[in-house]
Amino acid sequence: MKAPSIVATAVIRVLCLGTAVGTAAALTPVLIAGRHYVFLAIVWAVIAVVLATYATARAVPAKYLVPGTLLLILFIVVPVLSTLQLSTTNYGDGTRTTRQETVERILANSVVQVPDSPKFNLSVATTGSPASGPITFFLVDQKSGALYSGTEAGLAPLERSAVTVTDNFVSAATGYTILTPLQVNAAADRLRDFTVPTGNGAIRQRGLHEAYEGRRTLQYDQGTGTITNTVTGVRYTTAREGDREYFVGPDGTRLSDQSWRSDVGLANYRRAFTDQHILSGFTRIFIWNVVFATASVALTFLVGLGLAVTLNDSRVRGQKVYRSVLLLPYAIPGFISILVWSGFYNQDFGLINQITGLHVNWLGSALWAKVALLLTNLWLGFPYMFLVSTGALQAIPSDLREAASIDGAGGFTAFRRITFPLLLVAVTPLLVASFAFNFNNYNVIELLTHGGPFSPGNPDAGATDILISYTVRLAFGGNGAQLGFAAAIATLLFAITAIMAAAQYRITRRLEEMN
Amino acid sequence: MSTGRWWREVGWRHGVGLVAVLFAVVPVAYVVSAAFNPLGTVASTGVIPKHLSLENFAALFDDPARPFARWLLNTLVVCVVVTGVQVFCSALAAYAFSRLRFRGRRGGQLSLLLIQMFPQFLAVIALYSMFTAIGEVVPALGLNTLLGYSLVLLGGSLGQVWLIKGFFDTIPRQLDEAAVVDGAGHATIFFRIILPLARPVLAVTGLLAFVSVIGEFLMASIFLTDTQAKTLAVGLYGIIAADRSNNLGVFAAGALLTALPVVLLFQFLQRYIVGGLTSGSVKD
Repeated sequence: MKAPSIVATAVIRVLCLGTAVGTAAALTPVLIAGRHYVFLAIVWAVIAVVLATYATARAVPAKYLVPGTLLLILFIVVPVLSTLQLSTTNYGDGTRTTRQETVERILANSVVQVPDSPKFNLSVATTGSPASGPITFFLVDQKSGALYSGTEAGLAPLERSAVTVTDNFVSAATGYTILTPLQVNAAADRLRDFTVPTGNGAIRQRGLHEAYEGRRTLQYDQGTGTITNTVTGVRYTTAREGDREYFVGPDGTRLSDQSWRSDVGLANYRRAFTDQHILSGFTRIFIWNVVFATASVALTFLVGLGLAVTLNDSRVRGQKVYRSVLLLPYAIPGFISILVWSGFYNQDFGLINQITGLHVNWLGSALWAKVALLLTNLWLGFPYMFLVSTGALQAIPSDLREAASIDGAGGFTAFRRITFPLLLVAVTPLLVASFAFNFNNYNVIELLTHGGPFSPGNPDAGATDILISYTVRLAFGGNGAQLGFAAAIATLLFAITAIMAAAQYRITRRLEEMN
Repeated sequence: MSTGRWWREVGWRHGVGLVAVLFAVVPVAYVVSAAFNPLGTVASTGVIPKHLSLENFAALFDDPARPFARWLLNTLVVCVVVTGVQVFCSALAAYAFSRLRFRGRRGGQLSLLLIQMFPQFLAVIALYSMFTAIGEVVPALGLNTLLGYSLVLLGGSLGQVWLIKGFFDTIPRQLDEAAVVDGAGHATIFFRIILPLARPVLAVTGLLAFVSVIGEFLMASIFLTDTQAKTLAVGLYGIIAADRSNNLGVFAAGALLTALPVVLLFQFLQRYIVGGLTSGSVKD
């Protein structure tokens, strides 16, 4: 390497590493302020790995493996582990916050205004975006004119020199955006729950420009974990209902409908395997899932291989034309073709019923919807199998076949005994990978049938649902997100996939040993 | 060769081929026909176009409620970023696996193979929570941002390692050795010798990655709900989900504009694709 390029690469290296460290350093105070300690650890761990790899001249393989591996770990491995962890919680709608956050929210909501409450002129500010950034209250005491800044962490007196005050309102502060009335309105939901804790209560917003320091009527006792109403003297204790906990009074009334995230151990798994309603759905879905994946691979492979064998004959003219036309379905983005196919199955106007003169209710009947899925998946998948088989056929030396024919093997025998086994060695890994892909082929299910048709008895599990589409519906569907439970089902799916991966490895190895 | 014999030995092959061609082409013809059909309804559309007009294309770019140009741009940005990083990271890793010998090489390859069998979207719940939290700290990386969405997809940035490694293995090692004699380091060998020679496979893997990103729907439907942040997959899906029967023409026009460049590229690169798909299937 010439000298200038050594200097140049060194400069580039220092610049890149410097930028990385600088970004991490800039993020650190934000992360600490927001108490995102896990993030903080991850950010610096990534930086440490990058520095260790690229700042030294050692560990050459690592230099090539680190970028992709880091991304793989951050956005696949970590989420998978975190799915495992989520699956043992009751995470979902109404239980998104931690117990501590829920208690704080319940207490904050109990703040009431009393006649002698201090009042403040309020300016809402943020260091981030007006819609989602962290909120800061700039307050001017209406009686004394004293200045304060308040966050969720607490109240702090403010130097007059640090901000600009106009008409007894803070109108500008360096590093902060003061929200306009419109933006304050837009953030109403967040502001309703936002309080600045103080010694004897908390400061809350009232109206656009005013805040008051109210008194809490509820008090939390850290030792016993109970909440007491200081006005009525009623004590609320934690009670469990199903997989959720609430604060409940002695007479059984709930203090609040807010619950919190808590560990439920293996309850989600127990539910998947014991709840009759879910179990019947789960078993049925699992069987269809296996049938769907197997049939998809078998059909596409048979058709693709058949075509390859048929057209892979030197006497057939125009092989290139065939190949380029048959490539079409593979080249068109899947979401387009699947949506087009879903139109074909329309009972009244769909192309298929029109051409065949039938009046089949394709997507409305459980059986025909399954047929429709397999037919569509055949169209989507056979070009790939055709290309792969063609490639594999051409890689088989022709003298093997000649030798077979000299030994007296006819066309079909030669294919069955010589060509097919050799071809299978080459394509088996692709077949198993294709099985794994179709086993979790969410796109075709979601875009073609949405998992339907559904029976009225079980609106959660449709006739063509596979496990992944069922999981997504549990997690994000309309009936309230059951993220913890969905994570448990996802974990079961991971386990099934792992078993398939192991099976693929063994099959591949055995086939390679045979040759 | 007599006609009878020709038909028995060759002709029927064309018969089978034509049936397959028909099967492959009908849906494509239907999209083209729908795209140029000014009525734009399911009932009025057939495989053979009866009407010809560019109305649907005009409508596609006209309606601010469905900013097609914006979606196209979003999709291109995501596709270029993800494809570029994916191919580059994969090529780097493929070089290490193909040329360097180090402890844990076999184990690394195996665990990579296993991890890649896990579909990333099984972890979609965790990813969703993760990016909600990231968005609170760095809004530019959160939900509804192209950068955040690209990062999610980059979890699969080693997705093309096998195809590329298969190709690297066919590049003669004598080239590397000659370069070493001339004083080249591993970086020079990778950037100056291997990468330029591997252009065909880089093009093919790039194309495959590009198509899979264009067609990515699940993550996009969950991460990109804001109209301005959508990609073509979610956006066009919204058009046809809103009114399947009457929006068909506009959808088809959009679909055509999306698929056409990809199809052309595929045709252009097809002989590399056939070779590439099978060379990657054999592992050592």
